[in-house]
Amino acid sequence: MYKLQVQDLHKRYGSHEVLKGVSLEAKAGDVISIIGSSGSGKSTFLRCINLLEQPHAGKILLNNEELKLVAGKDGALKAADPRQLQRMRSRLSMVFQHFNLWAHMTALENIIEAPVHVLGMSKKEALEKAEHYLAKVGVAHRKDAFPGHMSGGEQQRVAIARALAMEPEVMLFDEPTSALDPELVGDVLKVMQSLAQEGRTMVVVTHEMGFAREVSNQLVFLHKGVVEERGNPREVLVNPQSERLKQFLSGSLK
Amino acid sequence: MLKGYGAVILEGAWLTLQLALSSMALAIVLGLIGVALRLSPVRWLAWLGDLYSTVIRGIPDLVLILLIFYGGQDIINRVAPLVGYDDYIDLNPMIAGIGTLGFIFGAYLSETFRGAFLGIPKGQAEAGAAYGMSSRQVFFRIMVPQMIRLAIPGFTNNWLVLTKATALISVVGLQDMMFKAKQAADATREPFTFFLAVAALYLVLTSVSLLALKYLEKRYSVGVKAAEL
Amino acid sequence: MIFDYNVIWEAMPLYIGGLLTTLKLLALSLFFGLLAAIPLGLMRVSKQPLVNMTAWLYTYVIRGTPMLVQLFLIYYGLAQFEAVRESIFWPWLSSATFCACLAFAINTSAYTAEIIAGSLKATPHGEIEAAKAMGMSRFKMYRRILLPSALRRALPQYSNEVIMMLQTTSLASIVTLIDITGAARTVNAQYYLPFEAYITAGVFYLCLTFILVRLFKMAERRWLSYLAPRKH
Repeated sequence: MYKLQVQDLHKRYGSHEVLKGVSLEAKAGDVISIIGSSGSGKSTFLRCINLLEQPHAGKILLNNEELKLVAGKDGALKAADPRQLQRMRSRLSMVFQHFNLWAHMTALENIIEAPVHVLGMSKKEALEKAEHYLAKVGVAHRKDAFPGHMSGGEQQRVAIARALAMEPEVMLFDEPTSALDPELVGDVLKVMQSLAQEGRTMVVVTHEMGFAREVSNQLVFLHKGVVEERGNPREVLVNPQSERLKQFLSGSLK
Repeated sequence: MLKGYGAVILEGAWLTLQLALSSMALAIVLGLIGVALRLSPVRWLAWLGDLYSTVIRGIPDLVLILLIFYGGQDIINRVAPLVGYDDYIDLNPMIAGIGTLGFIFGAYLSETFRGAFLGIPKGQAEAGAAYGMSSRQVFFRIMVPQMIRLAIPGFTNNWLVLTKATALISVVGLQDMMFKAKQAADATREPFTFFLAVAALYLVLTSVSLLALKYLEKRYSVGVKAAEL
Repeated sequence: MIFDYNVIWEAMPLYIGGLLTTLKLLALSLFFGLLAAIPLGLMRVSKQPLVNMTAWLYTYVIRGTPMLVQLFLIYYGLAQFEAVRESIFWPWLSSATFCACLAFAINTSAYTAEIIAGSLKATPHGEIEAAKAMGMSRFKMYRRILLPSALRRALPQYSNEVIMMLQTTSLASIVTLIDITGAARTVNAQYYLPFEAYITAGVFYLCLTFILVRLFKMAERRWLSYLAPRKH
């Protein structure tokens, strides 16, 4: 049984088609890395999964429940039932490139916000969970700090704790290390690796080839809105079949 | 129109406009003097500039108007005999109004100008100097044009506030449109009609000003990327 | 021409009474103004043209006309209509205090609505996305993320608005109320000492302004510390 299924997703901006039928299936415990050059549509694809961007065609299923979509005036699909979308979003937590922590809340407040106000968890329980996850990502000492007073690496780890506190079915990572200083990337990758080892289901858009190779069990290479190649990362990266991936890898390994 | 008071009120509107424009002209002069004082390296001059701006901005316009008009008149008449002038001196409400509004908004403008001046990146002047401009050239060719752009929003705002503040001068007897409307309202017992007409005239004045200053802002914003919302 | 301290000293109870009236007018108009400003501010960021335009028109007209005209329209103007004079609201609408508060509240609601709308629009896009991605409903997102964040960031501008309102309350003296300015006018009328009378009023306002500025600085330290630069 699949946790997450995305079928034949299409998306365009005006007349420019950025996703030309992309599919993805994740079983429990899968860690799927999506790679590709900028403009390949990889972030757009991820953001379509929780409808932060509106696709024009395709299906999204979480635990076999299909997200009901209807076409809006501009032709883009939107959720037929906002409450179903909210429920599905709360089970698909996203970690953003620019962290997107709420600036007026401390680390702890950021983490308990959605569990309390979306999931209806008691504040006490949410606080216990928050402390637990903050410790897990290694920033327990920063729990009362505001995002603006933390380093990028700390902020991203708090953002991961915020995602974890929702105890989601699937975690979506949108280039989680791209906005970080090089020396801070390692801390965040380590946290993500430990999450993968726990058997969490993750879809990760990334530039980190090391992470894609070592941690994920599935690799998707997107180019100009189509999946050029997919498979086991160790095989695909060592022995790429398509010309595009060969070019991409030679560029990224320079 | 307006029971025959239309023309009278329009006459008042003309006076309002004259008052606003003359006060603004005076305010610009005083604002520039104010900012020159405040940015001056001489400590007590800077202090004087700060005092002017802080005190004026901390007291309601109406109180300042009453103070300058009645208090000023009182002082002039207390001083006049000492210099051998014995007739009672009546202040002309128009002159007093221009003086008062100019004095008040000079303080507000000095703040606007100061913000604009400090808002120009240091590198701009340095780049001018590095290419061999004299400090005079740097000031007039580099600093002033950019300062105008940065000062326009604050200037617009001050002009609108000043335009509306002119209504207060009617309290000391200037026969502006507010004063005329009050007279008409008392005579006809139709206050709503006349105050609504005055409100509409003010709205026209502020709307035209906004459009004109928007155009000016656009002209001076060449090469500045608009913030994306 | 020496400053006549004695008269001012004797008139001090009048000024203190005026001070209380000023504070009362200020507190009431700010409270009701803010109450109206929040829904108006939300309307100003609405994507529904009709909702947005309605609020825009309201703030545009109020902000484009002098406070004195608005006050006169309510205090003198409404009495022109018999329907108003015979309505159950007349005891209220014939009271100068009520009319002044109403006019001031309407005025500040328009300015405050624009401040709130500006602050809402300036909310970082990513924070809104994070709220959506967590499964928040629109209502919850506004209540939990957008408004708390926007209202805090609006604090510095709102403090300016409060100080402007303090100064605006001086217009109450024109409709016969004895606030600080009204006290000064009374003193001037009794003793013909305009200079002393108005200078004293000015000092009162300066002190009030100074206190308000300090209070808002404290509030900003308390609620806006997260925007302060990192200390280490």
